[in-house]
Amino acid sequence: MLTIREYLRPQTLEEAYTLCQKKSNVVLGGMLWLRMQNSQVGAAIDLCDLGLDTIEETPEAYSIGAMVTLRQLEQHPGLASLTQDAMAEAVKHIVGVQFRNLATVGGSLYGRFGFSDVLTLFLALDAQVELYHAGVMPLARFAELPRQQRDILVRVHLPRSPRRVAYLSQRNTATDFPVLTCAVSRAAGETCCVIGARPMRAMVLADEKGLLKAGINETSIAAFAGDVAARVPLGGNLRAGEEYRRRVCEVLVRRALTEMEEG
Amino acid sequence: MEIKLNLNGKAITAQADPDTLLLDFVRAQGCVSVKRGCDTANCGLCTVLLDGTPVLSCSVLAAWAAGHSVQTLEGLQSEAEEFVSFIADQGADQCGFCNPGFVMNTIALLRENPDPTDEEIRAFLAGNLCRCSGYDGQLRGIRAYLNSKKEQGGAPRGTEQ
Amino acid sequence: MPRVEQNNKVVGRPVRKKDAMRLLLGKPAYLEDVTPAGCLVVKVLRSPHAHALIREINTAAAGKVPGVAGIYTWQDVPQKRYAQAGQTYPEPSPYDRLILDRRVRFVGDAVAIVAAETEKAADRALKLIKVQYDAQPAVLDFHTAKDNPVLVHPEEDWKALCPVGADNQRNLCACGSDSAGDVDGVLADCDVVVEHTYHTKACQQAMMETFRTYTELDPYGRLHVVSSTQIVFHVRRILSHALDIPVSRIHVEKPRIGGGFGAKQTVVAEVYPALVTLKTGRPARMIYTRRECQIAGSPRHEMEVRVRVGADRSGRIRAMDVYTLSNTGAYGEHGPTTVGLSGHKSIPLYSGGLEAFRFSYDVVYTNQQAAGAYRGYGATQGIFAVESAVNELAAKLAIDPVQLRLRNMVREGQTMPAYYNEKALACALDRCMLRCAERFDWEHRRIPRVQPDGKIRAAGVAMAMQGSGISGVDVGSATIKLDDQGGYSLTIGAADMGTGCDTILAQMAAECMDCPVDDVAVFGADTDASPYDSGSYASSTTYVTGRAVEKACAELKRKICALAAELLGCEASDLEFSGRQVRRLDGGGAVSLTDIATRSMCGTAPAMQATCSHSSPTSPPPFMVGMVEIELDPETGSVRPLEYVAVVDCGTPINPNLARIQTEGGLVQGIGMALYENVTTNALGQIAENSFMQYKLPTRQDMGTLHVEFEPSYEPTGPFGAKSIGEIVINTPSPAIAHAIYNATGVWHRELPITPEKVLLGILHKAK
Repeated sequence: MLTIREYLRPQTLEEAYTLCQKKSNVVLGGMLWLRMQNSQVGAAIDLCDLGLDTIEETPEAYSIGAMVTLRQLEQHPGLASLTQDAMAEAVKHIVGVQFRNLATVGGSLYGRFGFSDVLTLFLALDAQVELYHAGVMPLARFAELPRQQRDILVRVHLPRSPRRVAYLSQRNTATDFPVLTCAVSRAAGETCCVIGARPMRAMVLADEKGLLKAGINETSIAAFAGDVAARVPLGGNLRAGEEYRRRVCEVLVRRALTEMEEG
Repeated sequence: MEIKLNLNGKAITAQADPDTLLLDFVRAQGCVSVKRGCDTANCGLCTVLLDGTPVLSCSVLAAWAAGHSVQTLEGLQSEAEEFVSFIADQGADQCGFCNPGFVMNTIALLRENPDPTDEEIRAFLAGNLCRCSGYDGQLRGIRAYLNSKKEQGGAPRGTEQ
Repeated sequence: MPRVEQNNKVVGRPVRKKDAMRLLLGKPAYLEDVTPAGCLVVKVLRSPHAHALIREINTAAAGKVPGVAGIYTWQDVPQKRYAQAGQTYPEPSPYDRLILDRRVRFVGDAVAIVAAETEKAADRALKLIKVQYDAQPAVLDFHTAKDNPVLVHPEEDWKALCPVGADNQRNLCACGSDSAGDVDGVLADCDVVVEHTYHTKACQQAMMETFRTYTELDPYGRLHVVSSTQIVFHVRRILSHALDIPVSRIHVEKPRIGGGFGAKQTVVAEVYPALVTLKTGRPARMIYTRRECQIAGSPRHEMEVRVRVGADRSGRIRAMDVYTLSNTGAYGEHGPTTVGLSGHKSIPLYSGGLEAFRFSYDVVYTNQQAAGAYRGYGATQGIFAVESAVNELAAKLAIDPVQLRLRNMVREGQTMPAYYNEKALACALDRCMLRCAERFDWEHRRIPRVQPDGKIRAAGVAMAMQGSGISGVDVGSATIKLDDQGGYSLTIGAADMGTGCDTILAQMAAECMDCPVDDVAVFGADTDASPYDSGSYASSTTYVTGRAVEKACAELKRKICALAAELLGCEASDLEFSGRQVRRLDGGGAVSLTDIATRSMCGTAPAMQATCSHSSPTSPPPFMVGMVEIELDPETGSVRPLEYVAVVDCGTPINPNLARIQTEGGLVQGIGMALYENVTTNALGQIAENSFMQYKLPTRQDMGTLHVEFEPSYEPTGPFGAKSIGEIVINTPSPAIAHAIYNATGVWHRELPITPEKVLLGILHKAK
């Protein structure tokens, strides 16, 4: 059972940051995962007064506040066109509308959960995270950081540079955790592939062998998909074993790339 | 701690612990239509509208809702009544335990999208589990309600049977 | 052809459920809504071990938590073993339980009971109870349970009340066999024999309202129990056994129930708050968490069913041999009875030309969650096996499985040797099959089709039967009373758990009394007020209790006519009851029902009330056919049900709306069982699927579209020709979907659920 001794709404990021340095204190995201934990929280820090629930648009980037909900991501026209609807595809299978109205971008990314659809897609979008203390860094680097670091995830920035994107996931039921997630994107001639729910946290797999350099076609897609599936570290959990994931990985990469190319 | 919020149009002030969930808070305020079905944010039985948006009250702290407006089925009786009569006509109410959450989320759906397709209905309500009805009767009820609205000169857009 | 009762005014109509609008509008109706919140909160400390003896429990620190009102351990409970299964006494289920035992037998077994003023105090106390366990080796694999040196129930006071082949010294909860003809001889003579073993898991009913009970002492000092239960009378008797107090000191009632599906045919939660109230004298309430429901509930019996079916080359099924190994878990609730249905409600489907059959079984104890009653009650497991085997036989013979079934199925008027030699007086199974094939377009859709995107559409078929009540055992009762203004009160002991039986029984009463349904008020179930009824289970309420309603109405009509005769100064035989009045056949006057009611409440008059019971010597099977089309992705193994067509023979559908919803709900539960709902236990005996996050019920995006039709027959022993519908509807999806997956991939899956992983690896394995 989760117990909370104190509920606080800091009025500044500095205040929030100071509060979260204490080990027993926790920053509230959407509360969805936190409340299932059997933990004793000193202070629950709610960032709701810090204006982080908006998606802002500059010529270069979308700036997504940490308290923006997954449902906001799903319904945002700008993000839909930036990602060719991959944004909605990445979140619409997560439990239900009521859940997605609570789950936040900050919570989803800060947790760096193995099952995260959001982490998978955002890695493929070259997202930058803005941490209050550590500053701006690529999401890929943040994903590698040790979890013990206590910082406040303030916003996420998605560059608006032209990019082709596709997102696919494999699930045992329509709204279950994914068995495997796959996001592919291509910007400035570089193709990147992200595999998540491995069941470990999502990781970026670049086209190291240059298989897609000479052009993206059925043959090169198959070669790249085979290459990714062969080298991505995968494991098993309740939902499926490693062998299944490896097979499906190759299929999802191939389908996602095909979809991306066909637009 | 003291919690002030607007519950079904009424300003209320009540004591709660920092870890009191909105679900338990509104039930203690007499809004017992709000049900607990799972403890893991999977079933949708505890759906309430927070500032008009459907959320799982099992995953919201009462403290978090402070200063906001919360609506439960107790506060939406007249909006719900005509619609639910179509569910009753299908016999799809069954045990009834999931009904309030289902009705709340359907109201949210129809406010956002007054003329949804069957696919849109299934997608929006995917987070509302029902173990009795097999869902089809609920869909038929919603469809019959929307059709009757159209006959009364309501919303246009494509029709599905 | 069926005798269709065109003259019925209320029976056969899609009447709204009487409680529909109040439930849909969220009015207070369920246990937690209608019992006082200020009562003691009861919680149970649960064993972390699959098998252990409690060496010592130290409750001192826990007892000091402010707000704790009591902590009880095995030393504080009566030492008389009992059974928690809601069955007619003497129960076939063994007496193997104590409220708290020194030996704990599965992960989640009760160790101590805590009662506190608040939930927080109870939780804190649970954490502070110090238990020293002597862990014991556990029996976790049900294949090795029988005659295992480790005994789940070594205790000397274990006992079986009925001769069910139980032996606690062999981990046997039951064993037995039933046969006719020379099975081995006929099988040896068959052109083709298919032999396979099929495995189904301990699926959870997952009713949306978890187990819950409230208890208090009433003004007479009796134990007043309000419980979410299907079986108020059995609860009263079982509590009397468990607590060692007389039945006369207990009063049990139920409020609205948030779903049951058989789960609430077992006394799961009741004993804990009842003990607390007896110990403290205070009101107490226990509400199971979803996790408790998943790990310490009363799920379906895990079964492994071996089928041998033999036929000649032309497709005549000649012999069937079924052996079932059933896992009852740590306690024997419903163990000896569920297993019987795995054979008795599968083999008789092929009574057509069957020359011989054998059905044998073992039910074993293991150190896992105790199983119980779940919709289908063993038939579901047996039908998955037998229907799959028949589909495999059809494939081997290269005969259309629909034709194979039409050639061998039981027909109206036939005797079913594997069903206690009962005669199928009403059976439209053949018409169900023909209609289903027509509606589904089986002829075309049975051929798998590869779609442009590579996905494969394929179809599968299965048929099913169930019973209608337990023959010679179940008792249904009804009391009907004439009220002041000519309306009626119908009091029952059956439990409406959402199925609508209150409404269905009121429809029958209204039909009998020639009045609108709204004129019949229904009350139940309450052990102090209701006439005795064994309760709502075994698909009995419409068929058994419905008949009691008919009888009670006939009796009341006689009484009304007798009083009318007095008022009109004639013989009762000169009168006709016509709903709102009773009139002389010769036209010489009439007296209104209101006047009769008024007269019955003034001066001396016989009570205008009748109570009748009914029990049936037979249990007429409903029948059905299900056909499914799936879309299977051969690259990921994903299976999506597209359309399910079901045609059901439940006799007369009393309320077609409610019968349809029963069917649709059962189909979706069956789809869940076939594809999604898994139960996995690790080496320590812990269940992984202990929440709805891990135990995946189908959502409305997972089940495709459903199409349900009825092909009525007329059951002469049922009320208005009705049989049952509640359970049969869960039985076809598993075999039909497994069949469709075979048609798409060429691989038979004999273990449920059939996950995408199993499908894909099956395809790859076959390719090798």
